[in-house]
Amino acid sequence: MTDTNTMTTPLTRKDFVSNQEVRWCPGCGDYAILSQVQKILPKMGIPKENFLFVSGIGCSSRFPYYMETYGFHSIHGRATALASGAKVANPELSVWVITGDGDAMSIGGNHFIHTLRRNIDMNILMFNNRIYGLTKGQYSPTSEIGKVTKSSPLGSLDYPFNPPALALGAGGTFIARAIDRDQGASLEILERAAKHKGTSFVEYYQNCLIFNDGVFSHLTEKNTKDDTVLHLVHNQPMRFGKDNNKGLRLVGSQFEVIELGSKFGINDVFVHNENDKNLAMLLSELTYSDVLPTPVGIFYVKDTPTYETMVEDQIERAIKIKGKGDLNKLFNSSGTWVVE
Amino acid sequence: MSETKKQVTELTDVTIRFAGDSGDGMQLTGTQFSDNTAIFGNDLATFPDYPAEIRAPAGSLAGVSSFQIQFSNRDIHTPGDDLDVLVSMNPAALKVHLADLKENGMIIINDANFTKRNLQLAGYDSNPVDDGSLSNFRVIHVDMTKLVTIATEEIGLSPKLVARSSNMFALGIVYWMYGRKFDNTIKFIKDKFSSKPDISEANVRALNAGFNYGETIEVIKTSFHISKAVFEPGTYRNMMGNMAVAYGFLAAAQSSGLNLFYGGYPITPASDILHYLSGYKHFNVKTFQAEDEIAGVVSAIGAAYAGDLAVTATSGPGMALKTEAIGLAIITELPLVIVNVQRGGPSTGLPTKTEQSDLLQAMWGRHGEAPCAILAASSPADCFEATYEACRIALKYMMPVILLTDGYIANGSEPWKLPDLDKLPKLTTRRVTDPEGYQSFDHSSEILARPWAIPGTPGMEHRIGGLEKSDGLGHVSHNPLNHHHMVKLRQKKVDIIAKEIPDEIPFGDTSGDLLVLGWGGTKGALRSAVARARGEGKSVSHVHLRYLNPLPNNLGELLLKYKKVLIPELNLGQLAIIIRAKYLVDTISFSKLQGKPFTITEVYQRIIKEIEG
Repeated sequence: MTDTNTMTTPLTRKDFVSNQEVRWCPGCGDYAILSQVQKILPKMGIPKENFLFVSGIGCSSRFPYYMETYGFHSIHGRATALASGAKVANPELSVWVITGDGDAMSIGGNHFIHTLRRNIDMNILMFNNRIYGLTKGQYSPTSEIGKVTKSSPLGSLDYPFNPPALALGAGGTFIARAIDRDQGASLEILERAAKHKGTSFVEYYQNCLIFNDGVFSHLTEKNTKDDTVLHLVHNQPMRFGKDNNKGLRLVGSQFEVIELGSKFGINDVFVHNENDKNLAMLLSELTYSDVLPTPVGIFYVKDTPTYETMVEDQIERAIKIKGKGDLNKLFNSSGTWVVE
Repeated sequence: MSETKKQVTELTDVTIRFAGDSGDGMQLTGTQFSDNTAIFGNDLATFPDYPAEIRAPAGSLAGVSSFQIQFSNRDIHTPGDDLDVLVSMNPAALKVHLADLKENGMIIINDANFTKRNLQLAGYDSNPVDDGSLSNFRVIHVDMTKLVTIATEEIGLSPKLVARSSNMFALGIVYWMYGRKFDNTIKFIKDKFSSKPDISEANVRALNAGFNYGETIEVIKTSFHISKAVFEPGTYRNMMGNMAVAYGFLAAAQSSGLNLFYGGYPITPASDILHYLSGYKHFNVKTFQAEDEIAGVVSAIGAAYAGDLAVTATSGPGMALKTEAIGLAIITELPLVIVNVQRGGPSTGLPTKTEQSDLLQAMWGRHGEAPCAILAASSPADCFEATYEACRIALKYMMPVILLTDGYIANGSEPWKLPDLDKLPKLTTRRVTDPEGYQSFDHSSEILARPWAIPGTPGMEHRIGGLEKSDGLGHVSHNPLNHHHMVKLRQKKVDIIAKEIPDEIPFGDTSGDLLVLGWGGTKGALRSAVARARGEGKSVSHVHLRYLNPLPNNLGELLLKYKKVLIPELNLGQLAIIIRAKYLVDTISFSKLQGKPFTITEVYQRIIKEIEG
């Protein structure tokens, strides 16, 4: 729309910082994500006024208040539904949904899956800390079974959702995972998510210092992360490990870890293909594995028409066939009679 | 052939009910007759009544579907109380509806369906057609299916398909009885079955056969003529409430210059609004069939934030689900129209039957102090103006507006005078584009409406949401005094609307023995009953409310001018509670909860009782 604006005064990170004091707990993973988002927005070539951040309820959902963009802090679980209405109403907007594991997968589960299946162009960043933070520490739909929390003193009996698998099952067209503390990878993922035409789902592993501290520390600590995180790169063998000496091999339909060396070579390592949905399903199954590494990066991408463009197309087609709507013509369209 | 020309009897009004199995096509038959009647120039009102089951067991009492129409040369307001003619396509229909037929009324029966099994299903021990039990009525019974079979023999359709055209035979008889031409129905049949010429031809032949039958047989000695009603000059068409709502939205979108966004989830009896609007894409209408009721309203809230005229429609259970989100629209002060086509409750209740029991839900059904404007439509055609007015208020005052209709007026129909679009009040919005001095929660305008800056407007980036905000700047605020102030401000925003609500002018006198006070879809019955009693010299007047929140300014004063106030409602006295609470005026509540509208007679009798007793 107003591209000239961005041409003359390039936007910077600061343009996206609002004057509101950020009130997450000191050390919360949300700070890192906020900063990452503010870093990539200026690069998108989108006028600032076209960004809309929508959130539900939860710690993460305070996010829009800290962005100097249009923002809507809605009600619990409904952010994707609200964002859907806004995007369909104005497809020019760059719409971002900030949500959490409770907001998106529990109370908002229905809206979440239906947004994905419609492929409305928006970016859903789900801050997954595997706990309810704002209500002070109950287990969430992504908490591991057996988790002891305020509402599960003897351990949670709920099997957790596997977010990427759920998103794939719902027909998602962009599915990725990022980690709050891994800025480099996160920035790349965010940029790809933003550019994807359709619903982009990014599961953000995020540490809750107060109620679930360290839940992802094995993925973020220097001494373990190289062996526990698998960075997915399109068309590249799935290698990991401190010396990049491990890889994933596919045996039947199961992955196994191999050590590169005398027995196995690079050709034995499975090559990632972000357009292969079956592969994405297999990768999502590693989510709760104790043995295999946790994939981070882009699981799956598919280009397919978005809902809102199809809405616009239908309107255009209807106008082509019926002519632009004329109220008087419509009112007179059937069974009228005139009284003199 | 017809050298014995039959006589024509002049009448003023007639009430007919077409009744049969859910699969007998009674709604279609009734709609065709209604459209024909409208084109003929009578005043009319209709009342479709159908079971909740799409196909209840054939022949059962539960499966009876009916369509009632009253038409007249006078100004009428209801589909009629007692029936002059009952078309009974099967024994169950006769059983269910006979009690409503006037003495000496006419029954038209399809003998083909009066089989032993169907009689049994309807609970008849013997066939009422020939056991003498219908001797107080004029019975025309004919094996319609057999005559249709003969008339369509050459087409070679299966017996099942032939039988389906029997409703057209019945319609043909009725067309003959009222001296109608029926080009509209022939055109309808040809359009509907354009890809199935066999079926089209069979239906047309069945229709003609019925008409000729009426002309030929001796049993029907006379046809009837009801002269045209006197209408104000203008162009008219027959209009159903749900369609009038859809048209009202279109007109409001055009007048305001906004695109219409409809977010909703299918629910009886509101779904037709979604159906109609989804056909108006060439009006730039965006319909979003959401995954549930909550997403229906929430998507509309998103669209409202983005700058569309955003609306949703639902019925009771859906309204309950939308409740939290309506609170969000109230605290974010966004324009939104929510139509509740009320039906019998609680829970799933009576999905296809009418009721007025969601008024208090609209008033006080949300958590927190969450007032919004509430309007009610009073008749099928009135749904147009009421919807337009709801949009006007929502956009002007920046708030959600609940419009209450009901199953009776949503599916009923009456003549609608096409509006002069240029004469409708111009809709204005609070849209702003100048960042200079902009504050998202600026309430300095006289009507306290905040400005509407929409995403995409440079320099006006702001955040809104469900958390309490400070007046003016619109920042999150937990300040105790600010909350107190904002709660009162949101109430005042609603109260202030009363300034432009016209004073109520009673039908009848400005004082007297009795005031009948009503709201919503009961208007026709109430007005007719009051008129009847006044015709007999009774001191009774009628006020019918469109604006329920806020109420008209002069209402409290007006109520004191009558010795008694009678409030008939299809609920347990919900308006009565509001009136008593607000004005400390004693009221008499007259309740009916049968899934059916009031009849004129029952209201009239109650009026007499209150005045004389």
